[in-house]
Amino acid sequence: MSAMKRLWALVKRSKLDHEIEDELQAHVQMCTDDNVAAGMTPEVAQRNARLRFGNPTVMKERVIERDAALGVEAIMRDIRYALRGFAKSPGFALIAVATLALGIGANTAIFQLLDAIRLQSLPIANPQELAEVKIVGGNRGFGINDGFYAQLTQPVWQEIRQHHDPFSGVFAWRNNDRLLGNPSDARRIHGLDVSGEFFSVMGIRPWQGRLLLPEDETPDCKTPRVVVSYPFWQAQMGGRDLAANSTLLIDGELAEVVGVTPPGFFGMAVGERFDVASPLCEPNPARRELFDRSVMGRLKPGWTLDRAFAYFSAVSPGIFDATAPTGYSAESIRHFKEYRLGAYPASGGVSALREQYDDSLSLLLAITGLVLLIACANLANLMLARASARQREMAVRTALGASRGRLLRQLLIESGVLAASGAFLGVIFAQGFSRFLVRSLSTEQWSVDLPISTDWRLLLFSAAVAVLTCIVFGTVPALRASNADPVAAMKTGDGRLAGNRERFSVQRIMVIAQISISMVLLVAALLFVRSFRNLMTLNPGMREHGIIIAHIGFSLSHISPDEEFKRQLVDEVRAIPGVNDAATTTNDPLMGGSWTHGIHVGSAEGSSKFTWVSPEYFQTMGIPLLTGRMFADTDTASSPRVAIVNQTFIRQFVGNDNPIGKTVRTLPEPNYPTTVLEIIGTIPDTKYNDIRGETPPMAFVPAAQFPLAAEGSWTSVMVWSDAAPSTIAEEIKRQIGKKHQNVIVQTVNFETRIHDGLLRERLMAILSGFFGVLAALLVMVGLYGVISYFVTLRRNEIGIRVALGATRWQVIALVMRDAGIMLLAGTIIGTALALVAGRSASSMLFGLKPYDPATLAIAIGLLAVIALLASWLPARRAAKLDPMAALRCE
Amino acid sequence: MPRWLCLIFLRPVTVAKNDLQGTLDLLILKSLSHLGSMHGYGIVLHIDQVSDALLRVEEGSLYPALHRMEQNGWIRSEWALSETNRRAKYYSLTAAGKKQLAAAEKNWEQVVRGVQAVLRFA
Repeated sequence: MSAMKRLWALVKRSKLDHEIEDELQAHVQMCTDDNVAAGMTPEVAQRNARLRFGNPTVMKERVIERDAALGVEAIMRDIRYALRGFAKSPGFALIAVATLALGIGANTAIFQLLDAIRLQSLPIANPQELAEVKIVGGNRGFGINDGFYAQLTQPVWQEIRQHHDPFSGVFAWRNNDRLLGNPSDARRIHGLDVSGEFFSVMGIRPWQGRLLLPEDETPDCKTPRVVVSYPFWQAQMGGRDLAANSTLLIDGELAEVVGVTPPGFFGMAVGERFDVASPLCEPNPARRELFDRSVMGRLKPGWTLDRAFAYFSAVSPGIFDATAPTGYSAESIRHFKEYRLGAYPASGGVSALREQYDDSLSLLLAITGLVLLIACANLANLMLARASARQREMAVRTALGASRGRLLRQLLIESGVLAASGAFLGVIFAQGFSRFLVRSLSTEQWSVDLPISTDWRLLLFSAAVAVLTCIVFGTVPALRASNADPVAAMKTGDGRLAGNRERFSVQRIMVIAQISISMVLLVAALLFVRSFRNLMTLNPGMREHGIIIAHIGFSLSHISPDEEFKRQLVDEVRAIPGVNDAATTTNDPLMGGSWTHGIHVGSAEGSSKFTWVSPEYFQTMGIPLLTGRMFADTDTASSPRVAIVNQTFIRQFVGNDNPIGKTVRTLPEPNYPTTVLEIIGTIPDTKYNDIRGETPPMAFVPAAQFPLAAEGSWTSVMVWSDAAPSTIAEEIKRQIGKKHQNVIVQTVNFETRIHDGLLRERLMAILSGFFGVLAALLVMVGLYGVISYFVTLRRNEIGIRVALGATRWQVIALVMRDAGIMLLAGTIIGTALALVAGRSASSMLFGLKPYDPATLAIAIGLLAVIALLASWLPARRAAKLDPMAALRCE
Repeated sequence: MPRWLCLIFLRPVTVAKNDLQGTLDLLILKSLSHLGSMHGYGIVLHIDQVSDALLRVEEGSLYPALHRMEQNGWIRSEWALSETNRRAKYYSLTAAGKKQLAAAEKNWEQVVRGVQAVLRFA
């Protein structure tokens, strides 16, 4: 209690004043009383008491000084003193604060992103109770996988729905994009399909109306009732109160909007945002090979994740026995029945963004941390130079009785003020920077929606960074300055100590550290830039430029898209002026999709990618035929099955024999019965679904021979045109819309989409490049400062050398040698560090090894140029030195 | 001989200089341990009486010393009414203060023994 009171008193100086005044007043009064009792007149008594007391103001000040010596008041005074000092040298303060703000800001921004993507929990009550049920190790490509977050099939979900001892409640959900509005101008929106329990188990209360309930599930997969997200409600429905007849046209059907979710709820995927939630479709009979949903539950009190994991592992054999699909080979079914379920934490929801950018962000955090370290080293050198300039001030204060601890505190408070202002500005700067980064993560088809918040975790982080930087750049100069020997300092005329060897070495070490760290950053930057360049210039083996993919949907049109119809569709597209060629495909290349069948080729067995294409596909995509023949219109559903295969296929399954005429037998899958195909042609290797990936064995089959039962409601048409992509895209939409009612056409610019897929690499290249350049600039400034300082200190020596006949070039060499030695030491250490650090980035590089000699050589070359530039000016200044002037200075 | 020793042994002794901080602290701590709880003026009177007016603690040194010792946690303070019905700030020893007193007393005895040895030798 009294301690609190004292602390408060320290903050409120006036209160402190009063208390001390009262105390001293009481003393004088008691003394006066006693004097009166001893027989003095009151006036004399008071005079005597005051006399003994001395000057009351001086006395009060001395008492306050004792009280405040350790308190807030004194620190405030030191801060004021520091601010006055900075106001006197605003250039120094400005550079210091700006450097720190940049450094801390960059770190904070990257951390803010990491925080939003990785550390935040879903905005629900007790998110730590949420667990996801997944197959341990995934389904390894079995069956059909629909959706990035899909883990389980409908029958497995229904088993879990019945038996879930560890959970108080379970739900299933899937992302399912919908079409909003009239088919002619339908717009894709993000749909979230949820089982009836979803909102109650998640604990989400409606913002308006009601949310979906188990009774909203319908067996016919219609969506008569939907719930919309708050942002969608605001943007599309004007935020108006829901009336009974609030409806939306979704996938061509009217759906009643029954409620709105609260503003903070974005769905299950961090970085994405759902627009409309509808009941999850539970068709009967269920498709047993379709992995299309994710299942989650809330742990009952008393159940841990480990126990839940063990429970699901134990019930797995029963579940997979009961849900095994049919139509597969016995071996595939055996694999299916060997799956084991496990429970995994799901408090942070799911996130493709997280999986894609987690490593990159951690690496960027390390990079920005290193940049900050370089900035700190620069500041430390600045502070050292400032400290030597202030040596006289320190000496005077020491001589006047300031203790070393007092000076140390003063100096540390000065760097603390710098660090705090840097951190403050940095956090402000980070707000813009992190939002800019989020915006750059979005592409045309994938908009990233990430709530960026400034929470205690972030503030704690920046505060920790600020304290750390303060310690790094403030301690050494402070220790050094407070150590000043007053006598020596006062003796030297210019208020500066002659450079002693020790100070030299600290600054040298700083510069060497800067060079080696910037070497690491430059190597990282070069690796990412070159890796991005490799990807951009990579030839995927097919035409990218001038290709438009038209996705044509028939779900609303009541057209049955048989081969005859598709044939006609392609002919219509080819007839559009400006279109060179067009072809259908069942799988868009380089877009991430994949279709695999198990095969036997003679005695060899394995699996190959399969794509069904119309005959013009190879001309359209610019893929040349190597041997054999192309598909022709004579390859029909009734003619013998034929295939064109790539080189990897031949290497893996045929060997050195002539592949033409060999037969390929596919293993059965639901809707895809066993087929025997004859190889009629070969093509070179092209990239399959990812430009970064290795080429797998690939087989192409005529579209006319695609199994009828497997026909979906969408088809892809690859269109090759030399005209502007946007005009051709519009023309395709117009022509198809004119001929066919209620057919949906969406177009994608192939080349743009491929480049969008390289966004991560591009961002890494840009950001690491930016930070690499920043590091190089900082090093240049640091090196320049230190070399100039050394030249100033060695003025006399250089003067004598010149007087004794040293040539200009000898003087320049003398100074540059200094820089050269630091460069050498820095690059040796830097190379070692870069090799160690490079390993962590190896998974993010393409076509490069982290120990790439050319990259190391370029980085060393760049640093050499930087060192040359930074030391050239001081060296020239040294060479121009007038020996008489230099010596007269002494 | 160091300056602070001269000051003590040349009479009349005024215990006022910073150099004598340790000694002044010892006197205050000892007085408080004897009196229990007392205000500044009472401490001055007590030292005056007990030392037969040989030692006079100057107010200008007493109050800074009291506040410093309070910051150190050796003594604590509270406002109370004096015997003459005046509001005054009363100081008393804390546990840390008692320890400090013991240490200071021990130290003082050693100093005195050492100084006496030097004086006898001379």
